[in-house]
Amino acid sequence: MSRFLKGTALAALTLTAAAPAFADGYGLGREALPEEIAAWNLDIAPDGTGLPDGSGSVEDGEWIFSENCAVCHGEFAEGVDNWPKLAGGEDTLADKDPLKTVGSYWPYLSTVFDYVRRSMPFGAAQTLSDDDIYAITAYILYSNYLVEDDFVLSKDNFLDVEMPNAEGFIVDDRAKTEYPIFTEANACYENCKDDVEITMRATVLDVTPEETAEEEAALQEAAAETVVEPDTTDKAESAVDAAAEPAMEAPDPELVAAGENVFKKCKACHKVGEDAKNGTGPLLNGVVGHPAAQNADFKYSNGMKDAAAGGLVWDHEALTGYLTKPRDYIKGTKMSFAGLKKQDDIDAVIAYLSTFD
Amino acid sequence: MSNEDDTALTPSRRAFLKGSAAAGGALMAAGAAQAQEADPLITEVQDWATGLGDGVDATPYGLPIEYEDDVVRRNVPWLTADPISSINFTPIHALDGTITPQGCAFERHHSGAISMRKEDFRLMINGLVDKPLVFTYADLERFPRENHVYFCECAANTGMEWAGAQLNGAQFTHGMIHNMEYTGVPLRTLLQEAGLDAVGELSDKWVYVEGADASSNGRSIPMEKALDDVLVAFKANGEALRMEHGYPVRLVVPGWEGNMWVKWLRRIEVTDQAVESREETSKYTDTLADGTSRKWTWVMDAKSVVTSPSPQSPITHGQGPLVITGLAWSGNGAITGVDVTTDGGMTWQKARLAKPGEKMALTRFYLDIDWDGSEMLLQSRAHDETGYVQPTKTQLREVRGENSVYHNNCIQTWHVKENGEAENVEIS
Repeated sequence: MSRFLKGTALAALTLTAAAPAFADGYGLGREALPEEIAAWNLDIAPDGTGLPDGSGSVEDGEWIFSENCAVCHGEFAEGVDNWPKLAGGEDTLADKDPLKTVGSYWPYLSTVFDYVRRSMPFGAAQTLSDDDIYAITAYILYSNYLVEDDFVLSKDNFLDVEMPNAEGFIVDDRAKTEYPIFTEANACYENCKDDVEITMRATVLDVTPEETAEEEAALQEAAAETVVEPDTTDKAESAVDAAAEPAMEAPDPELVAAGENVFKKCKACHKVGEDAKNGTGPLLNGVVGHPAAQNADFKYSNGMKDAAAGGLVWDHEALTGYLTKPRDYIKGTKMSFAGLKKQDDIDAVIAYLSTFD
Repeated sequence: MSNEDDTALTPSRRAFLKGSAAAGGALMAAGAAQAQEADPLITEVQDWATGLGDGVDATPYGLPIEYEDDVVRRNVPWLTADPISSINFTPIHALDGTITPQGCAFERHHSGAISMRKEDFRLMINGLVDKPLVFTYADLERFPRENHVYFCECAANTGMEWAGAQLNGAQFTHGMIHNMEYTGVPLRTLLQEAGLDAVGELSDKWVYVEGADASSNGRSIPMEKALDDVLVAFKANGEALRMEHGYPVRLVVPGWEGNMWVKWLRRIEVTDQAVESREETSKYTDTLADGTSRKWTWVMDAKSVVTSPSPQSPITHGQGPLVITGLAWSGNGAITGVDVTTDGGMTWQKARLAKPGEKMALTRFYLDIDWDGSEMLLQSRAHDETGYVQPTKTQLREVRGENSVYHNNCIQTWHVKENGEAENVEIS
């Protein structure tokens, strides 16, 4: 106890004495090394500061975009489902529902390069080369009719590209346009208006998610039904038996865990588990060991449908083939994923998927 | 509730309302019955009054009791393409006071919430500083700390309401907000540690901040704000940040839009121009009627909302004493007053603030009334210390047009019906 007191007393003394000495800083942290700064300092400013050496053509960009971006943004950058549209919308900014794309809205081309390099592709960020990013940027410009099909974008001509909405922005002017109006003088307390009418109701649109209590009641009801159904109990028992049988290999928990990690590459498009639904790609519950293209709610590619009609079953071998090079294995597959290079990763992700019935 | 009203509602809504109306009826009946027969909850020995409860450590880190399991963050699936790059909403309709518990504070991710150990955390300061530095988490803990309560509001909060009354619940219309007590180191201290002598004139310089997740969300902040009140925070409400809020370290930018509060903070760069990143050009900008857009609209103007009664928090007790309550906040300073109207804005009265307003923090207000059971058009209106008064949606549209999405701080209306049910409406 006494030692503790001495310690704190000493600390207090040091602090008092040291306060003025910290005027020159606390001496904390260490100097950042040039290669560390180079690794993280990737932002690109509107005047081109930060642009790396390199170049990329519209022609190359078309297939790089198709491989890496089209699954969400569409082959022509027109956008899939709710994913951002990157092209179109010119002259719509003053319309009722403006379409804001790179072409119609983005004021600086630097933002495209900066964003693609730091954040894209979704689920595999920072995997593209600088040349690939120049090519993708060139292709997005082409999709917006801002350059010709033989255009090559490089560090040297980057600032020559004119963005249609470059002059479309003003700096926040609320202090002039709003604050002088929204004042105390505007705050009425008595006889503020003669009558009031309801002009719009949220329940008319009916877009609010369901109440939790109800969802739970429905779930409980379903659960109660499940319990009394003898058929289900039999199935559960046989599942237990099967698990006990050595022939029916249960997946190695470590492999499953590794597979969950690998699956991060897939989950932007594919969902698994209890509440999972189809996304950009089909739901992957109950895929391993089952015939291909069985999800009635998903629109498979013709290539995948043909393969299914030909009797394709997703056993370990077939999945290995598909996951190694999806486009080679199923011609015309919609899955733009380039493939998993390591067999360990493939084994792991199959083990992980096999845990979802 | 008339049958005509009933059929106009969707089945799910109807079931919910039946539940609440029935509960209200039961409560009122119980109230009346109390005078006539003894309450068995009092006269009979209850299980909890005779047996034993849980020992200590039954839950080493406690969660809310099971009866509160509906007080959770909710998502609106149709809003975004994917839950990994999405947002959910704080259940403000069911909370009181001003501090938001971390476990139900809204989340907004661009590439999902990442799990990073403190040991793996690195914060770099580079750019136009005297000496570029790298800090570990342990380094940050050795700088003098400050504690401040601030609200964090997404610029898109209430954005879906711009075009008209759309989502039926305060959680969904106003729940992209939370309010926490942060512990952290002023950004100023870290910038001074790296040295700002070489940068010269400070007024035209910027600080670019960036996160460590796969989106590496980056924003430009003017040096004046960076040196003023921005915090590099590592604790919220006394405990470590939650993963979904940027554990181990996030930026706190008081009064400014939530997107700037970079999570999993990894880098601070002093620059001589704004980077004009995606999130400060293509997003979070405000398109006006003529197609021109405002940029750098960082401040969240004064705003308020009645949290109860509201669509998810109907009146279940019939007429008599009624607590009307809500939240008010301003990115320009402290809330000085809140007005409430029950007649759709024909007359307004001053609500009671639970505590004097604090700068850039949520303020709780109450209006205690004797409800006569008639329908109400409930609104609240915030005043802040700059003299700003929260506008109506019509007033905002007159300035900004119909195309805006972000920074909607308009007055919200709830139509409270005679049965106590409330609906999100727009009024003349």
